[in-house]
Amino acid sequence: MFDLEPWDTILDISSAVLLVVGAALSLAAAVGLIRFPDALARLHAATKPQILGLILIVIALALSVRSWAALLLLLPVIVFQMLTSPISAHMVGRSGYRTGAYDPDGLVADELAPDIEEASRSSVVSSDDDEA
Amino acid sequence: MVEILYGIAAALLAATAIISMYRVIVGPTILDRVIASDVLLTTLILVVATEMVINAHTRTIPLMVILAATAIFGTVAVARFVTKTEGSPWRKDVP
Repeated sequence: MFDLEPWDTILDISSAVLLVVGAALSLAAAVGLIRFPDALARLHAATKPQILGLILIVIALALSVRSWAALLLLLPVIVFQMLTSPISAHMVGRSGYRTGAYDPDGLVADELAPDIEEASRSSVVSSDDDEA
Repeated sequence: MVEILYGIAAALLAATAIISMYRVIVGPTILDRVIASDVLLTTLILVVATEMVINAHTRTIPLMVILAATAIFGTVAVARFVTKTEGSPWRKDVP
């Protein structure tokens, strides 16, 4: 039964629509997870849409419960996820590059390989100096 | 009207969880499994929020906060200790 107050109906419907859009973005992440060829491409698909989906669903929840205390508790969810998601994506991407979990033919430019080579060479030279 | 939208959202989230679970089981390298389990954990947060919207309560908001704050640990711990001997379908020659 709908409440006769029009604003309640409007907020409920917009909350439901935001739920569907956020769930669709989450499904987009899953489709990218299953369709993309290697780990780094899957990382690209997995990290981006889900944060937006999380933000939309948290907004839907805030529109649904309509209380300031709930909003104050929901803000840390978005803040934590936006702070920690780039860190974990960076760590996974770093070890993905270093273990070769990607298709080298798909790269347009690889600016990290000369730096890693130079760093390993300079560390070898410095260890030689230590031995001498 | 609203109930239909709730059902659609729940079905989409269920499909997300099933697909990411498939990637956890199949995924050739351990990084694929870690990425997929991260997606699965974020989907769990979304499911908890959706259940609160559908049943109109706020009792599990602390669960969302804890999940969002600690989701990073598993991913970073595994990604930190991936070794170079891990089998990759693209580079068999990585030492």
